[in-house]
Amino acid sequence: MEGLVFRNVSKHFGQVEVIEDLSLEIGKGEFAVFLGPSGCGKSTLLRMAAGLESLSSGEIHLNKRRIDSLPPGERGLAMVFQHYALYPHMTARQNMAFGLRNSGVPAPEIEAKIAQAAALLEIYHLLDRKPGQLSGGQRQRIAIGRAIVKQPEAFLFDEPLSNLDATLRTRTRVELARLHQQMRATMVFVTHDQMEAMTLATRIVVMNKGRIEQVGTPIEVYRRPATRFVAGFVGTPSMNFLPVASVESERGRATALLADGMRVPTSIPTAQLPAGPLTLGVRAEHVMPGQGSPAAIEVLEHLGDRTLIHARMRDGTILVYAEPGDSTLRAGDTVELQADGSAVHLFDDTGRAFHGH
Amino acid sequence: MAAGVGLSSIANLLFVLPYISLMLGLVAVPVSLGLWLSFQDYDMLSGFNGFAGLDNYASLLTDRIFRGAVRNTLLFVAVTVPTFVGLGLFLAISLNDGLRRSAVLRTIFFASFVLSVTVMTLIWRLVYMPERGLLASVLNAVGLPEVNMVANESLALLSVAIVTLWWVIGLPMTLFLAALQQVPRELYEAAALDNASRFRTLLYITLPSLTRTILLVAAIETIMQFQIFGQVMLITGGGPNNASRPIVQFIYEAGFRDWQLGFAAAASQVLFLFMLIAALGQLWLSRQQDRG
Repeated sequence: MEGLVFRNVSKHFGQVEVIEDLSLEIGKGEFAVFLGPSGCGKSTLLRMAAGLESLSSGEIHLNKRRIDSLPPGERGLAMVFQHYALYPHMTARQNMAFGLRNSGVPAPEIEAKIAQAAALLEIYHLLDRKPGQLSGGQRQRIAIGRAIVKQPEAFLFDEPLSNLDATLRTRTRVELARLHQQMRATMVFVTHDQMEAMTLATRIVVMNKGRIEQVGTPIEVYRRPATRFVAGFVGTPSMNFLPVASVESERGRATALLADGMRVPTSIPTAQLPAGPLTLGVRAEHVMPGQGSPAAIEVLEHLGDRTLIHARMRDGTILVYAEPGDSTLRAGDTVELQADGSAVHLFDDTGRAFHGH
Repeated sequence: MAAGVGLSSIANLLFVLPYISLMLGLVAVPVSLGLWLSFQDYDMLSGFNGFAGLDNYASLLTDRIFRGAVRNTLLFVAVTVPTFVGLGLFLAISLNDGLRRSAVLRTIFFASFVLSVTVMTLIWRLVYMPERGLLASVLNAVGLPEVNMVANESLALLSVAIVTLWWVIGLPMTLFLAALQQVPRELYEAAALDNASRFRTLLYITLPSLTRTILLVAAIETIMQFQIFGQVMLITGGGPNNASRPIVQFIYEAGFRDWQLGFAAAASQVLFLFMLIAALGQLWLSRQQDRG
């Protein structure tokens, strides 16, 4: 297959298994985002593709060419680092030219490529400055420019936005999305920020403890999380998890009875469900106030466009739900809450998810 | 208010007083006294014979032994300082890894630096000893004629340079190692992805990152090697035929053997001038570097 392919890749440092038997195919032109908490192995996976980290076993192929034993510079990849990694004593122009000069590209061609990248990134006026004379955002653009001029078969981004302030991060995010649309290049992006993953990715690879939890489009990952980990990691606020006391079957669909007495009729087929204990997952936007179980409001977070309300149920669990606009409720008020059964998920005790239609 | 400011100024002065008094007593006064002495005709045997103007400096200019000492010192600095920088850099780059072997070698190279000049020269006298010394034995073993470096006019200074190199190479090596460890690993990773060969990585990433340290090592070693004395005194004694006599030895002999204090002070000022020029040169270079 064209694109970047990981085949049964493992990595261990001494006794510690960082990545175990991982296989993944990233299609040509795809924007894949590795998403996971720190220490989940996502950066290691990226660095293995780049050749900065060796494989303990397995293979990596790029556009049908096996690359895992090649030196980093011959893999046809370009990488943008978290701390930019610009050469401090070279100007922006020299930074961008360095890789091409190393590969023996003739000078006029180098100039043309830099001019092209500079136009794309609007960095022409920065080319003769050194990294020390540039702001964080400008350095990031030069670092991206340095990757672009190489016209690589795939781009690797290692948390490139995490050193930028919030405004700049959002702007650079949009720019990266635009860049991907213009260049139609294969891009692999590592982040722990689910917002970046949701907005940039054509496909998200959610990782945890060296394993892939789920691979899917952002909407798939959000709407139909494969595991409890994915459900909890993706989405702000995090999904609510409520213990299920028992399950009844109504016309083949499960109705969950929660510990505090709430009845949630779902569209999940009962036949799929295992025997063990279950947990019900519901997102804040799928909790409906005004009916159902009583709960006491503890904390309100006013976000402007909506208010997040943390309410304690009778059995002691906290349920977070959202109200549009600025809520007039106060801490201490009592509300009645009901989970929207058509949008809930059930998880067994191994974390596997079950969805309705 | 004014009284308050006055009181705090006095209190502030008290804090800097220990440093100021030591600085004045141990540096400023002796330096000025030395300068003043260099213009006097002052002999420990005949006593104080009044102001001599530039006479001491004039006699230095025509003193064959002093001119030889200046030549020896400049030659010594010119040979050793670049070697310290080059070899120190080479060792640091070669030993800058996590291997156990490198850690052992780093310790060995640095170990000689902690020896005192007397211990160090004792070791090297065993090396240079005619007939039974290490050098002689090795040359004999491979069938080459024996060379007595210490007694050879054209090799005496070189023999001292080798000793000095062995003695203090640990310091530049350690300074370069410290600087190398400050270079972010990401730069090397970026260079690897930029398809840079080892040589180009050294030339375009490592060396530019070390320019400040290179200048620092050059400055430290220039100032140190201009003052070379102990090794020479103990190994060659300045000979043969003054071939290895440095300026400091000349000063020592003029002042404390011949008791011509004014003359010796003038020679000291000349040495001071050389070191000042060298130090200012380094400073100027590092300023240029900062601007570039």
